[in-house]
Amino acid sequence: MIDSVVTNGLLMGACAIISNILRYYLPYSDRFFYVLILSLIFSLLVNALSKFILNLSMTDPAYSNYIPFLANAYLIRLGFAFLMIGCMAAICVLWYTQEEEQEYRIRKTDAEKLSRDAELYKLRQQLQPHFLFNSLNSISALIITDPAQARNMIHQLSDFLRTTLRKEEEQWVKMEEELQSLELYLEIEKVRFGHRLSTSIIKDEESLQMLIPPMILQPVVENAIKFGLYDTTDAVTIYVSVLTESDSLKVIVKNPYDPETASPRHGTGFGLNSVKRRLYLLFARTDLVETSAIDKVFTTIINIPKHENYHH
Amino acid sequence: MKIIIIDDEPLARSIIKEYLQYQPELEIVAECNDGFEGVKAIQQFQPDLIFLDIQMPKINGFEMLELIEEPPAVIFTTAFDEYAMKAFESHAVDYLLKPFSRDRFDKAISKWSQAGKTISSKERLAPLLESVSNSPTEQHRVVVKLSGKIRIIPVEDIHYLEAADDYVKIHTKEGAFLKNKTMGHFENVLNKNQFVRTHRSYLVNITEITRIDPYEKDNHLAILKTGTRVPVSKTGYVKLKSVLGL
Repeated sequence: MIDSVVTNGLLMGACAIISNILRYYLPYSDRFFYVLILSLIFSLLVNALSKFILNLSMTDPAYSNYIPFLANAYLIRLGFAFLMIGCMAAICVLWYTQEEEQEYRIRKTDAEKLSRDAELYKLRQQLQPHFLFNSLNSISALIITDPAQARNMIHQLSDFLRTTLRKEEEQWVKMEEELQSLELYLEIEKVRFGHRLSTSIIKDEESLQMLIPPMILQPVVENAIKFGLYDTTDAVTIYVSVLTESDSLKVIVKNPYDPETASPRHGTGFGLNSVKRRLYLLFARTDLVETSAIDKVFTTIINIPKHENYHH
Repeated sequence: MKIIIIDDEPLARSIIKEYLQYQPELEIVAECNDGFEGVKAIQQFQPDLIFLDIQMPKINGFEMLELIEEPPAVIFTTAFDEYAMKAFESHAVDYLLKPFSRDRFDKAISKWSQAGKTISSKERLAPLLESVSNSPTEQHRVVVKLSGKIRIIPVEDIHYLEAADDYVKIHTKEGAFLKNKTMGHFENVLNKNQFVRTHRSYLVNITEITRIDPYEKDNHLAILKTGTRVPVSKTGYVKLKSVLGL
């Protein structure tokens, strides 16, 4: 009676301990040996303890026959304990591994969803739905009033979209191409906003042949247009100049803004932040984008360091 | 029937004009480039229906509507604005997505002429305007009208807000402005770590507070940089302390 209580109690305790150990520590390699050794140690421990306790508690002469019987059965009991603990450990390992795998699967789908969302967001940014639908609306209006201009705008829009899609594949783009795509974009915006928008682009010959990272120039000008057109009600001129300096290429973009409106204070917009981030990733420098707001003119200066990739 | 078109893109207006040619009983009384012109034209002509773009210079379409006491019926026009589109859907207000066809346009017109008169436009628009004023673009500024002039107040410039009957008085360094909203609205919309409801009738910008003095029984007074003394109730004091980390 005492024997079964003590032995089984100890066995249960050992199983509980081992399942807890395995819950918190499960090695990736040599799992089998780890579990085997752990089970062996625990079964030896259980047997030694049970023997010790039973010897202590069975001082009554009535048990005098039982003690030698116990000693004889020692090996069998050890085998039994090992089997029990080993089974328990195996079940635990299986259970925890499965749990872990499930967790991993959840994490993986979460991560995949996140990257999918980011991808979708990027795509949406690139397509600029607001710009796209408004341009289509302008075309829809022009079809009746000025069919030739409508057709022209369709061509401009398609060319612009094509260059935007191509940008993804190329690491660096020629300044000349970047400016061409920018001009397309500005022409479309001019049709949309009528006489309110005019632009001035200054560039030096040398800069045209240089290579720059894609999606740098465009977001800065988009930002300038957004602030220029939506922050004032007057006619707006956007100035873009591209200059070569001894060790860098300088892009200066100026747009009017109204210091009394809140918008400019709230950061320089998402577009500029993404440009800063891109330049940081490429050059590990945070000082390449400078902005200033003086006399109702907002100026953005982008410095692109000269890079061995510049000339093919 | 008088119509006003408010859109900052001339071609977008011209398409609406073109579609309206087929509705001879509808007369365009004004075309506006932005919300400022819109407010003026609506006051002057008292139109029956307006076509209103959302993204416009300076103040957007929603902010413009907030400035009008008795707004006319509105059909919103927008190219792409996820936030606004969600708001339109949930408040069953009619809107046209650019570019829209003549069929779709005619449907909007007939919907307006059939159902538009049963409830006032103000009642219909109120929940919509309330929900869009939580949008990220509007959270950092408040648009008010003062003797016909429209002012855009950056949130940082607000010292404190005070309840005044059906209005809220917005105190700034350039004086006080009235806005037809509730204290609860501003408490919801403004950044809770910057604006604390210190009293049933007061919402204070904590960056303006220089010290807090005890005042009668359990009450306190918040002294602002300008020297203004703002009442702080017992519960207001608890809130203020937790935001200030005291």
